[in-house]
Amino acid sequence: MNKQKPLLEIKDLHAAIGDKEILKGVNLRIYPGEVHAVMGPNGTGKSTLAYVLTGREGYEVTRGEVWFNGKNLLEMSPDERALEGLFLSFQYPVEIPGVSMTNFMKAAIDAKRKYHGLEPIKPGEFLRMYREKQDMLGLPERIRNRAVNEGFSGGEKKRNEIFQLAMLEPLLAILDETDSGLDIDALRAVAEGVNRLRRPDNAFLVITHYQRLLNHIVPDYVHIMHDGRIVRSGDKNLALELEEKGYEELARQNA
Amino acid sequence: MKDKQAYQDEILNEVTERDYQFGFESNIETETFPKGLNEDIIRRISAVRDEPDWVLEFRLKAFRAWQKMTPPTWPHLKLPDINFQDLIYYARPKPRKKPNSLDEVDPEILDIYNRLGIPLEEQKALAGVAVDAVLDSVSVKTTFQEELRKQGIIFCPISDAIRDYPDLVRKYLGSVVPYSDNFYAALNSAVFTDGSFVFVPKGVHSPMELSSYFRINARGTGQFERTLVIVEEGGYVSYLEGCTAPQRDENQLHAAVVELIAHKDAEIKYSTVQNWYPGDKEGKGGIFNFVTKRGICLGDRSKISWTQVETGSAITWKYPSTILKGDDSVAEFYSVAVTNNYQQADTGTKMIHIGRNTRSTIISKGISAGHSQNTYRGQVHVKKSAVGARNYSVCDSLLMGDKCGAHTFPYIDIENRHATVEHEATTSKISDDQLFYLQQRGLDEESAVNMIVNGYAKEVLRQLPMEFAVEAQKLLEISLEGSVG
Repeated sequence: MNKQKPLLEIKDLHAAIGDKEILKGVNLRIYPGEVHAVMGPNGTGKSTLAYVLTGREGYEVTRGEVWFNGKNLLEMSPDERALEGLFLSFQYPVEIPGVSMTNFMKAAIDAKRKYHGLEPIKPGEFLRMYREKQDMLGLPERIRNRAVNEGFSGGEKKRNEIFQLAMLEPLLAILDETDSGLDIDALRAVAEGVNRLRRPDNAFLVITHYQRLLNHIVPDYVHIMHDGRIVRSGDKNLALELEEKGYEELARQNA
Repeated sequence: MKDKQAYQDEILNEVTERDYQFGFESNIETETFPKGLNEDIIRRISAVRDEPDWVLEFRLKAFRAWQKMTPPTWPHLKLPDINFQDLIYYARPKPRKKPNSLDEVDPEILDIYNRLGIPLEEQKALAGVAVDAVLDSVSVKTTFQEELRKQGIIFCPISDAIRDYPDLVRKYLGSVVPYSDNFYAALNSAVFTDGSFVFVPKGVHSPMELSSYFRINARGTGQFERTLVIVEEGGYVSYLEGCTAPQRDENQLHAAVVELIAHKDAEIKYSTVQNWYPGDKEGKGGIFNFVTKRGICLGDRSKISWTQVETGSAITWKYPSTILKGDDSVAEFYSVAVTNNYQQADTGTKMIHIGRNTRSTIISKGISAGHSQNTYRGQVHVKKSAVGARNYSVCDSLLMGDKCGAHTFPYIDIENRHATVEHEATTSKISDDQLFYLQQRGLDEESAVNMIVNGYAKEVLRQLPMEFAVEAQKLLEISLEGSVG
């Protein structure tokens, strides 16, 4: 039904932490312009999927393949994956004392430009873009020129992740439990930000526990993860069904 | 890789083989003395330099004190035995063949200059290229000198100061670091030959960072440097010693003494970037750097601020300290000490509070990598008279890898009940979480580590004069190269 090439293609992905197998055969295909939601209870491998895709150390891929924008994702280092256009909005963004957000973002943008054979961004242009995106996301004044995540509240950290997403304009953004710990206003702000960043050529993979985020970021597809596998896929109504019946019930139906 | 090894061997040879024999070549006009130290040698040093009697007396007293002393054993350092009678204590600089252009300079050195962002003309000066009219460093120097003289500021080699301003030097030399202070200070007092003298008269703010001058003027600094900085009432000076560019020296032992005197309402900002040869990756060679630096806030409301970025030397033993004598005087110590490979550093500060309402701040950031050992040693001493004294200390250690060590020895002596002393210490490793976070945004591992380290050291780096801050930042990166992964 989609004539484009998939942006992300995951085939029979198995991954383990140490001896423990967490992903037990994930299959997923994401096309440009789509928003996918992955739902499921704790410990089913949602965050593991995010980390395996972005190349975090400590996760061993034991079987399967992943193709991103036509390239073999699993062969790339974490920074190469990022430079190719893969972005992770972290569930728990880490503080980096003394490193200013502006420095950090400038370095990240320049790394990406260099990767694509471009000159570093001009400071004036950078600052204009920086302010524009902060305004767009309504970033609180107090966190605008701080060190990376230092002294940010939980909600501010999440907004700051979406700000980075806006700055780096990735092809595929994975939002790992971006809604957790957000009050309704912050949730709405984050969701609005994401919706504004949607384009025909990019895609989102939204990992969430609850349906409420999906009221604001409406997915094209919903996948339910259980015990390291996607056990059911559907449209946005699946999320509502899930809300009603609970994970256990849905999982049983599929077993 | 092989080239690098060969290059390191070359430096190693240069540093370890004490090629003092060159000094004996008959065709070179030189005053090089035989090995060893005795009163005769000291008299000859003083005579060659045409010094007044009181300087000779100072040297001899120091030498007699030194003979009764032994090197300190309390630092957390593995010290090799140094045979002090096997060293030469006076030699004219070895005449070196000057390269005619940068093309003749070791490309590795040029590479480092470039990465530090040192302008081309300064590279030539640093590399000792015989300069012509293109870089008119002499005229730059003269302009500086004139500008300073107009304001009544004296800035000259210590030997010139002894000749031209004997009363000033005599009044202050040894007044903060007495010749009998410690083993290395006594040795320095007996044999010092190089160093700078700075005098800022009452009410004068030095119109320029003395660093700028020094930088262009950067020449091989000596083995036994002696620096004396005096700022009279209400005056201000900012002084920077050292250089981010790699410094080589055939002398393995360095023992400098620095004395700072701040009168009423005066302020001295003293910054150091130390990048002496640290030895090779196996820990062979490198400079032993035993330094005594001390300032006194003599007058009320005076201020002394030490900033140091220490990345070089095989062994560093150094505690820039301040005596807060004047009421309401202020002292600061900002330090970044980096050790990599087999380097050892035992460094910190002493804050001695005597005056009322004196305040001191200590910010120390240690970074250890490789097999190195990095020690912070600091003393806060609040005397009975120092009513209302306050101290705030932070000493943080950052470990890279699992074969290095970080140690913290804070000493706190409080003799009165009306003082406030706060001490915070942390030890951390660069976390995988931080690394992954930055990598996920597209930075490679090395850039990610550099960004984290620079962020960690930022509080100190931003104390440096602007033009050096950027270089110092890059210097940290170069010093830690290859320490991750």
